[in-house]
Amino acid sequence: MKKVLSRAAGLLLCMSLLCGLIYTLAVTGIGQLFFPHQAGGSIIEIDGKTYGSELLGQQFSDDGHLWGRVMHVDVSTFTDENGQPVLYAWASNLSPASDEYEQLIAQRVEKLRAADPQADPDNIPVDLVTCSGSGLDPEISPKAAAYQVPRIAAARGVSESEVQAVIDRYTTGRFLGVFGEERVNVLKVNLALDGILTES
Amino acid sequence: MHATLQYVLYIAVLLALAIPLGIYISKAMGGEKTVLTRLLAPCERGLYRLLHIDSQEDMNWKRYAGCALAFSAISLAVLTLILKFQNILPWNPQNVDGMSWHLAFNTAVSFITNTNWQAYSGEVALSSFSQALGLTVQNFVSAGVGIAVLFAIIRGFVRTKAKGIGNFWADLVRSVVYVLLPLCFVMSIALVALGVPQSLGESKTVDLLEPIAVSQQGEVIEGAKIDLDAGTVTLDGQPVDGAKIVTKQAVPLFPQASQVAPKQVGTNGGGVLGNNSAHPFENPNPATNLIEMISLLLIPAALCISFGRSVKNKKQGVAILVAMTLVLIAALSVVAINEHQATPQLAQNGAVQITAEQGYAGGNMEGKETRFGIATSSTWAAFTTAASNGSVNSMHDSYTPLGGMVPMLLMQLGEVIFGGVGCGLYGMLGFVLLTVFIAGLMVGRTPEYLGKKIGPKEMRMAVLVCLATPIAILVGSGIAAMLPSTAASLNNAGAHGFSEMLYAYSSCGGNNGSAFAGFNANTPFLNVSLGLVMLFARFVPMVATLLIAGSMAAKKRVAASAGTLSTSNAMFVFLLILIVLIVGALSFFPALALGPIAEFTQMLGLG
Repeated sequence: MKKVLSRAAGLLLCMSLLCGLIYTLAVTGIGQLFFPHQAGGSIIEIDGKTYGSELLGQQFSDDGHLWGRVMHVDVSTFTDENGQPVLYAWASNLSPASDEYEQLIAQRVEKLRAADPQADPDNIPVDLVTCSGSGLDPEISPKAAAYQVPRIAAARGVSESEVQAVIDRYTTGRFLGVFGEERVNVLKVNLALDGILTES
Repeated sequence: MHATLQYVLYIAVLLALAIPLGIYISKAMGGEKTVLTRLLAPCERGLYRLLHIDSQEDMNWKRYAGCALAFSAISLAVLTLILKFQNILPWNPQNVDGMSWHLAFNTAVSFITNTNWQAYSGEVALSSFSQALGLTVQNFVSAGVGIAVLFAIIRGFVRTKAKGIGNFWADLVRSVVYVLLPLCFVMSIALVALGVPQSLGESKTVDLLEPIAVSQQGEVIEGAKIDLDAGTVTLDGQPVDGAKIVTKQAVPLFPQASQVAPKQVGTNGGGVLGNNSAHPFENPNPATNLIEMISLLLIPAALCISFGRSVKNKKQGVAILVAMTLVLIAALSVVAINEHQATPQLAQNGAVQITAEQGYAGGNMEGKETRFGIATSSTWAAFTTAASNGSVNSMHDSYTPLGGMVPMLLMQLGEVIFGGVGCGLYGMLGFVLLTVFIAGLMVGRTPEYLGKKIGPKEMRMAVLVCLATPIAILVGSGIAAMLPSTAASLNNAGAHGFSEMLYAYSSCGGNNGSAFAGFNANTPFLNVSLGLVMLFARFVPMVATLLIAGSMAAKKRVAASAGTLSTSNAMFVFLLILIVLIVGALSFFPALALGPIAEFTQMLGLG
């Protein structure tokens, strides 16, 4: 019995070193060496200033910006080094079949109709009125982006085709043409609209 | 049309990869030469020498079970201590506190039982030390224990008049060194290349493009005007008291890719981050999703092929694989149809476009990510609850009533439709024995499987394997439902709230680990009771399986005759599915009627 327990403990220790430490450090080393951008969180940094991560959604409400998914915002969990609140988000975990949910969506529909008077009020893209699985979805469907083009163009005083061209530049197709869905990176479009991000 | 193509391809890719891997695992676990033997055999032998393990020692079932339990017990103790004292252990750049004793117990149980139920969110509750040396280690070895026990029962079927069923230490070492570690290593590097972060854990903050204003209560103030230089927030020209301006965003960095790989491959499911593989850091695009999603069912599917090869009757493995795949397809279809249709509450009389069109997924997008849409999210939901994985790429709590019922039902079936690595298949073998027994009764013959007669002792154990999950779930959720305090943990009201609680116990009783994540499970009662449910559902079937293995090994083989029931034809596959569904449906229909089915009728305005 004692022998079994000591062997179990010994094996656990060896496995901890092998699968916990050596494996983790090897993957970290290779990752940081060959893929430093991805390994570091895909942060967009231009001229020494960070503009978020291309993988993490931000909240936009300016008329001249593309809006993303509804965010279930949390500013109480994380703080920066000065103790100031920092943005994070979670899923809503709401049931989409309740009366409360129906009212919540109705409010969001009204808000969008008011913000985008030129868009089709009876074909609102579903991704604009729902919260994502992470709360931090950085993308929306091409249809949801096109829906907002008239508003963005009017706010910026540019043509709709110019705005659409920027959106098209940051639209990604399905993987191998099959897997997943087409989508538009909201932060990149906004950085490009603001003239901060210039390369494609 | 496009969605259908995705569903078909996901399953096709899975099966195509499962076959070669299954053959490889069978060879590796049987000690035969494989492509990786030359590379990895020194590592295997080194471990034996270091720990004075005689890999040739043949253990009887009691000793084998004793070793498996001892290893799990030590793991439980060590992991509980790591989590409780992570604040004083090194490598804690996140500066997190130690967990409460009940959360540490729950989390440790969860990871040693291959469940990975999480009553916490990783980005705020765990240090890098706990992630790497606590959880990642168990992601490997708990899966390894499952594979070991599966091969013990395989030996039970293959051997005749034998006392031993193999060596637990050698089985565990082989499963980790030859199967899990190489797969995870390659996969984690691929994930980093495709965008998953991998760092030692120095989390960052980055600047927001648009600052946002939040009230004192932490809620976003819509339509607020922000003056960054003065630091003031005004709403309709009036200054807002106590409002704060948020200009930065948190970027949680962990040794992430290295944990995502084993969480998927080993049917563990416990994410580094609270929102699991829905989080763009854990699963940034459809390419990483393909890798993660296929790998979550890969080993359980491959083990069916390994089983057939190792019992020297390939058709037996194929029959089980076919039965599992058929149930998976049926389950996936129900989820998919419901999620594509969404709910009237979301559709708003047509104001919100639900119908898919070219370049637009539509459907119930609450809790789902744009890059995954409906098809990829639904497939993952079915895969992860068929396998006892429990990772998610969309929030099951926000599924439609029937779309969310199917993942729950798949767990309640006892995690035998693929199920966990190793344990899914040995659980299914319990159902196979039950099917053989019932079919044998119908034709009046002694039940036998793979040339071994099945006696009363084996039957009792097989029934225990089949019923352990329903007992654990129903007793656990029954007690929880009677306690008033449980109501405080619910995120949604009414029938959906009941579903959240039922889902929690189903997830733990099935050793799955996924959640209707609005449910706040971090209370002393829930942590302890769910922990006990996980222990029961993991170790009762495991010991029962090993007992069957020992008793089968001691038997002699009987020759097949004209009257022997075939266990590899279409009839048997049909019977097996029927038995699995009957046991599951009879056990859970009343509970499901109170939760998702009630919510479904309310959704349609009938209730």
